[in-house]
This record gives sequence, C-alpha cells and structure tokens, in this order.
Amino acid sequence: MSVPVDLGPHAGFIVAAYAIALAVVAGLVAWIVLDHRAQLRILADLERAGVTRRSAAREEV
Amino acid sequence: MRLSELANPSRFNALAERLLPWLVVATVLAFALGLYQALFVAPDDYQQGATVKIMFIHVPSAWLGMLGWALMAVAALGTLVWRHPLADVAMKTAAPIGAAFTLICLVTGSLWGRPTWGTYWVWDARLTSVLILFLMYLGVIALWRTVEDPSRAARAAAILTLVGAVNLPIIKFSVDWWNTLHQPASVLRLGGSTIYPTILTPLLITAIAFTLLFVTLHLMAMRNEILRRRVRTLRLMRAAAANP
Repeated sequence: MSVPVDLGPHAGFIVAAYAIALAVVAGLVAWIVLDHRAQLRILADLERAGVTRRSAAREEV
Repeated sequence: MRLSELANPSRFNALAERLLPWLVVATVLAFALGLYQALFVAPDDYQQGATVKIMFIHVPSAWLGMLGWALMAVAALGTLVWRHPLADVAMKTAAPIGAAFTLICLVTGSLWGRPTWGTYWVWDARLTSVLILFLMYLGVIALWRTVEDPSRAARAAAILTLVGAVNLPIIKFSVDWWNTLHQPASVLRLGGSTIYPTILTPLLITAIAFTLLFVTLHLMAMRNEILRRRVRTLRLMRAAAANP
C-alpha cells in the first residue's frame, strides 16, 4: 500500500507516532463504551431482581 | 440551568445524554479537518522535514495531559472545599483520560526526538517532569482503586492531586529554567507564536479536536461513574436487606 503523502526518510517514525496515538485513543474509547454497557447491564439485572433506589420512583414521575 | 442543579447526578446524566451526540459529531469533524490540514496541507519544516507532522498530535496531547491534571485540581478543590457531589466524580474520571493523553505525548515525543535530536530520550527537565506527570496519574488511579469507599478515596486523591499540581508550572517553565534539548515555548508565549501560520493553523485545529475528544470522553466516563455508584448503592441495599 502506498502512502498518499511523501513523509520523507523518517516516514516510519511519523506513521508509528500516529498509529500509537490512534491505538491509545481507540483503547480508551472502547474501555469507556464497554464500561457503560456493563454498568447498564448490571443495573438492569439488579432492577429485575427487585432492587431499586428510593429516588427512582420520584425521577420517573 | 444553574451549576448547582447539576449537583443532581440524574440531572447531570440527562444533560450528558443530550450533549454527547453533538460533541461526538463536533469531535469527528474537527479531527477530519485537523488531520487533513496536518497531513495534506501543512508544509514540511525547513529543518525537520516531514517529522514536523508528529507535532500535530504531540503538542495537543501534551496540552491535554496538563489540562487533565489542572481539571483534576479544580475538582479536588470542589471536593475538599465546596463538597460538590460531582466534583470527585469529575476528578476520578479525568485521571485515566489525562494519563492516556500524557502517554501519547511521551511516546510521540520520543518518536519525534530520535530523528530530530538523535535520541529517543534524555533525562532533561521537560521530559522528566512530563514522565513524573504520567507516573502521578498512575498513582492517583491506583489510589482510587485501593480505597473502596468513594468519599474516603476522594479526599485522599484530592490531596494528592493538589500536591501534584505543583508539577504543572514546572513542566511549563522547565524549558526556560533549565538547559534542555526540548525547544522553548513557541505557541503560548509572551510576544505571540513563533510558528508560521501554515503550520500553526492545523496545530490549533487539532488542538481543538483533541480538546473536544477529552470533553466527550470525560462526560462519558462521568456518566459511567455515576452508574457505577448507583450499582454500588443498590448492592449495599440488597446486602442490607439480606442481613437485617
């Protein structure tokens, strides 16, 4: 695969920098999204089991 | 909506739900524009050549790494002084995000240093103080995980955060106070930027994109933490009901 811009003799350093930054950000996003799903699932399980907050009823009004 | 009204976690989550789609779109658009400008429009530097393109991710991530700790310091005051219910949530959730940006800063700086300085790393004041910032982030994250009770963990983390904030001016002025391989301040300095507009403009756009990404991820992480505390409360209620 060819690189669309000429990155010169140090292309490897530039590509590595962008790739690592992308990997770190992607990992962070994935962690936060998966954590959100996990917390929602646990909450749903607890509420199905009949455990609810006293304030939940007020919030739904 | 007043700030005090956001003290209600449910109200905060509702606001976050409304804001997040807009923030995600703004972040994606800012990155698309910024990266296009950085990779296809900005010229090579007359000395560094194309390696200057690393600057467009290195500098914003450095700013965000420091901004993350500054945000944590303000939230620490909110926890200790004003006892705002969401202050410790903001403080806790900013730590991993700030750590990630600081890690990007360190790694991209190292990859930029090898072709520019001839070395990946030197133990000079700027690089070492940023490494200390990263280690302090890890320390705060470890502290949050060590103390089970969120309110006790918040007080300890707040004190550590405020002490660690001393490192921020050291990072900023390290290039002026000590001899270093790192270049002096060239964007945020008295007398204006020393960077040519064709390179400065993409840098500012990527900085906006990184800032939007930080805000988006922080809101999402705060929403998660509020849910996690709700789960903890429900589990405690279930345990109390099981053992009256």
